[in-house]
Amino acid sequence: MSTVAELSIAAPEARKAGNWLLVATVILLCVWVLLPIYLLIVNALSSPEQVTAFPKRFFPSFDFGSLSFFINFAGVAKALWNSVLVATLTMLLSIGFGAPAGYALSRFDFPGKETFRFLVLMTRAFPLPLLALPLAVMFIRTGLDDTAIGLALVHTTLALPFAVLITFSLFSGIPVELEEAAWTLGCTRLQAFRKVILPLALPGIAASAVFAFTISWNEVFAAAVLTIENRTLTAFLLQSLGESPLYLKFAGGAALVIPALIFIFAVRKYLFAMWGIANR
Amino acid sequence: MAEIVIKQVAKRFGGFTALHSIDLTITDQEFMVLLGASGCGKTTLLRIVAGLETPSQGEVWIGGRRVDHLPPRDRGIAMVFQNYAVFPHLTVFENIAFGLRMKKLPQQEVDGRVNRTAELMHIEQLLKRYSGQLSGGQRQRVAVARALAMEPDVILMDEPLSNLDALLRLEMRAELKGVLAASKTTTIYVTHDQVEAMSLADRIAVMHQGRIVQAASPVEVYRNPAARFVGSFIGNPPMNFIPATKTANGSWTVAGLTLPGPKSDKQTIEFAIRPEDVDAGNEGINATVRVVEPLGPHTLVTCDVEGGLFRAILESNAAVAVGDHLRLAPKPDRIRWFDPETTNAL
Repeated sequence: MSTVAELSIAAPEARKAGNWLLVATVILLCVWVLLPIYLLIVNALSSPEQVTAFPKRFFPSFDFGSLSFFINFAGVAKALWNSVLVATLTMLLSIGFGAPAGYALSRFDFPGKETFRFLVLMTRAFPLPLLALPLAVMFIRTGLDDTAIGLALVHTTLALPFAVLITFSLFSGIPVELEEAAWTLGCTRLQAFRKVILPLALPGIAASAVFAFTISWNEVFAAAVLTIENRTLTAFLLQSLGESPLYLKFAGGAALVIPALIFIFAVRKYLFAMWGIANR
Repeated sequence: MAEIVIKQVAKRFGGFTALHSIDLTITDQEFMVLLGASGCGKTTLLRIVAGLETPSQGEVWIGGRRVDHLPPRDRGIAMVFQNYAVFPHLTVFENIAFGLRMKKLPQQEVDGRVNRTAELMHIEQLLKRYSGQLSGGQRQRVAVARALAMEPDVILMDEPLSNLDALLRLEMRAELKGVLAASKTTTIYVTHDQVEAMSLADRIAVMHQGRIVQAASPVEVYRNPAARFVGSFIGNPPMNFIPATKTANGSWTVAGLTLPGPKSDKQTIEFAIRPEDVDAGNEGINATVRVVEPLGPHTLVTCDVEGGLFRAILESNAAVAVGDHLRLAPKPDRIRWFDPETTNAL
């Protein structure tokens, strides 16, 4: 009996301490993630003089000098176009291959299914630098080097596991009875997919597509190794901003990070679903 | 006209045999209930008729046409699922119209049929709603209406009421019976609920471990179980079984009582009687009362007979107390006998 009484007294204090710890950790993590983004945005939106000045202003001056200089910088527009092209191709390829694989994993039992799922994850186990050199050699031989499609193929291998896993959890969440009901009501397998499964899965598939786009958008290593003339934005910035003034680096960084942030924010619900976290 | 003939249908999942060679004929417009505990193969059999599962062997015929190689859409069936399977992205109207649109019926015909079946299922005020805005009972009505609107030869129902609460289930049961009888379709209905089976069926097929043990009218299944399993599965409380020893040819001793019975070479067989088919009196089976449960209309008495449990349903004014010794006389025309080895009725 005494232990129960002690526990009930100790509990509120322990909970209070636990709450403090929780709040402190949350604040620390937020600062960790948000502070660099904040500095990036403030400096990108400040005039070149303010970037190097001290002390810093808390609010940016909304001077678009740095950004407009960056946009007009030679080669940026082309790199931006290359990035969008490669990311779009990556998106189409990873959904084109990933969604059917996700559907098959969720609906059919086939020998080696578990191994297949494991292998899908395993593709992420090889560090890209390890693959990049042989790939570069192979691409030069086949003529795929320095092309948007060649880079998109590499980015697709990076994005594909996520596309498979997201669409797998997506299709698994749609009861198979809905499909079966459609079959008994006169649909072929394809019609049932188009009329029942696709409308229900479309928002998630779009999310998965955006995620693939973002992976390609952010990728720098393969882009730097496999392209020379047709650089993507990341590779271009890596190459040319090393010697640029600080305010240009901030503008370039913001131009890269902000679209990615917006994309990920838009599809966060489905990414959480992939990792099995219930949110709502 | 749609008679369903199931010929030697078997289904194996890897090493597990879900169905052993099933033979069953369901006549046109008959209401056939497949009854059994979970895992007995009843849903598998239904899904084979629907075309959602392929039999490992055997044939399925619907309306004189062999269908076991046809996809579900070409079999002239409609199905109602346990979890309703109402399409969440369509309105109730479009759900009911779904199959009609697949048939490419003219809009006028679609409107007519949807409104007619919606009215029949009392959901005409819900036609513009989505499934998320409906209760379980309403979704069930939509699922049935969607099946009926197809005007199929055969309606297949897989435990359609088991997700509803008790009161709603009772109401829907009566309504389903009326609607399906009026629609003149052949129905196969899968359930594990024996009360549902008894109240709905023209004929019940009792299934056990992948076999049909008995297929007969509800009263026949209840009164004359073809096997020990049927007697012990149907009825609440189930049948009582007591070992009987041979005294002479055609004469058996059951817990101290000598009864005329079937002629058999065996030395022991099983005597069986339903709890309501015994009377407490001066002669009969020797029983010691263990539990008395007054239930209102009658009193359920659980007794000890030769070391086994024996349940008797007595009149509610019977004065019985725990520890009493009773003599329970079985009604002669209600006594059944079973072979202990084959478990079949003798």
